[in-house]
Amino acid sequence: MAKEAVLELKQKAKELRKEILTMVYHAQSGHPGGSLSAIDVMVGLYHYKLKVDPKNPLWGDRDRFVLSKGHCSPAIYAVLADRGFFPKSELGSYRKINSMLQGHPELSTPGIDFAGGALGQGICFALGIALACRLDRKSCSVYAMIGDGEAQEGAVWEASMAASFYKLENLIVILDKNQVQQTGKVKDVMDIGNAGLKWKAFGWNVIDINGHDMSQIVKALDKASKMKNKKPTIIISNTIKGKGVSFMELNHKFHGKTPNDEEYNKAIEEIDKIDVKKFR
Amino acid sequence: MEKLATRDGYGKALLELGKQNQNVVALDADLSDSTRSEYFAKQFPDRFFSMGIAEQDLIGAAAGLAFSGKIAYASTFAIFSERAYEFIRNIVSRNKLNVKIAGSHAGIFTGEDGKSAQAIEDIAIYRALPNMIVLQPCDSVEAEKMVFALADYKGPSYMRMHRNPVPVIHKADYKFEIGKGEVLKQGKDAVIFATGTLVHEALKAAEILEKEGIKVYVVNIHTIKPLDNNLVIELAKKTNCVVTAEDHNVIGGLGSAVAEVLSENFPCRMKRIGLQDKYAESGKPDELYKKYGLDAESIAEEVIRFVKKR
Repeated sequence: MAKEAVLELKQKAKELRKEILTMVYHAQSGHPGGSLSAIDVMVGLYHYKLKVDPKNPLWGDRDRFVLSKGHCSPAIYAVLADRGFFPKSELGSYRKINSMLQGHPELSTPGIDFAGGALGQGICFALGIALACRLDRKSCSVYAMIGDGEAQEGAVWEASMAASFYKLENLIVILDKNQVQQTGKVKDVMDIGNAGLKWKAFGWNVIDINGHDMSQIVKALDKASKMKNKKPTIIISNTIKGKGVSFMELNHKFHGKTPNDEEYNKAIEEIDKIDVKKFR
Repeated sequence: MEKLATRDGYGKALLELGKQNQNVVALDADLSDSTRSEYFAKQFPDRFFSMGIAEQDLIGAAAGLAFSGKIAYASTFAIFSERAYEFIRNIVSRNKLNVKIAGSHAGIFTGEDGKSAQAIEDIAIYRALPNMIVLQPCDSVEAEKMVFALADYKGPSYMRMHRNPVPVIHKADYKFEIGKGEVLKQGKDAVIFATGTLVHEALKAAEILEKEGIKVYVVNIHTIKPLDNNLVIELAKKTNCVVTAEDHNVIGGLGSAVAEVLSENFPCRMKRIGLQDKYAESGKPDELYKKYGLDAESIAEEVIRFVKKR
């Protein structure tokens, strides 16, 4: 990918970071930390990798994206609106009564392929989609994003075992390894250990990247989709919860806490100052 | 009379359905021989998914298949489906996905395996889920009809099945309709709304009662949700003496469903026969039914007491 194109994606991620913060600020509810860690990969997916059609969200041959960590709804709403799945003006209604943008994603929202909110479920759901796509001889890929805290859920490992058993090379999981969960650091709450080794032992291809480095992201996505060795692939996306806002970074308090006026203004100021050329 | 288990009907029908409809897939959690989904598995290995002993993944994957346009029959023991309850709640019923959950070995009728295997709360928990319908066949023919009817019904369902054989009371041309109660015996003095295996006990109880000069309606409630409200209210009005019978806890099951409808539409006294908020134990099904008051004699005694009190 050309440098300019990567730069454009980085610029896009910078803009969407502000959208995320604005959404949770206006709603005074929502999860900024995990959205900020996941947004770079989501931009890589929706603005580069995924075969999707905003005018036909349920297009049968589309690539699927299952956001298992459904609390990061601000990130996916921001990127879906940006791709034109629904008007950007909807973002202001996030989490409000009668809104199409529910606190956690629902299938009724255009572009949403999984109704998340309960951790450990998306990877099982993605597995089912991948089985169906193979049965129907579709060439699409099924992507699922899970969190590192989420990897504490046993069902993640049930599905990881099954994906390997069924040789689902059309399944690509992204582990948003942002190191922090609601009550503290993942390693302190329940250490998931060496994630790469674990998935390798489960029979997966493992790709390790810096999940804020756009050039690494697009390369990893390309590599993953070309892996045709009868194994599912996981991209360990090493990220920082709250990335881009100094006082939110690796701060578990901003898992589910929204910024007040002062914090919001400061956060936007910091993001405005991001030099995308150096951002990673 | 020929005896077959409802799970036999399930397996037979699933295989037939698989032949007729390419869109049907089946999944199981290492119990396909017990649930009889193995008939389908052997014929259609590409459309059958063994998920191992992993019920959450069983339901999650079934939901993903259904989201992709498949009609997904996911079977395991009734009790173990409960392991995946929150998956069923948050993926299947919340999204109205076309997943047909089949829970076998329900109730204390399961017998010797004891408490751990005897699901007595499954109707209650699945009934509480919006979008979910809850059904229980009383014989293998009805189970077959149910499997086909569910394929035509768009949405999630829970079908409760049983391990041990029961008399086949329906003929092959039986017309089954989701949500409609079936009056098996006309009566006058009381009505017994029964479901599943207790339909047979209720029929036998009606014979005993007839000798005592008491005529009871026996109604097969194969669909607990949505309940046939009109029929329940109609027969309550006719008899003013309503009895429910189920191999399930009296809390949350058929008895509760009938009580909910009657208390709002035609309040009347009721007797709920079922497990009295307790777990059972190992034993032969008939021994257990006798000990826990679910056999025909116990039902007849309850009805006599109830009718006399009126």
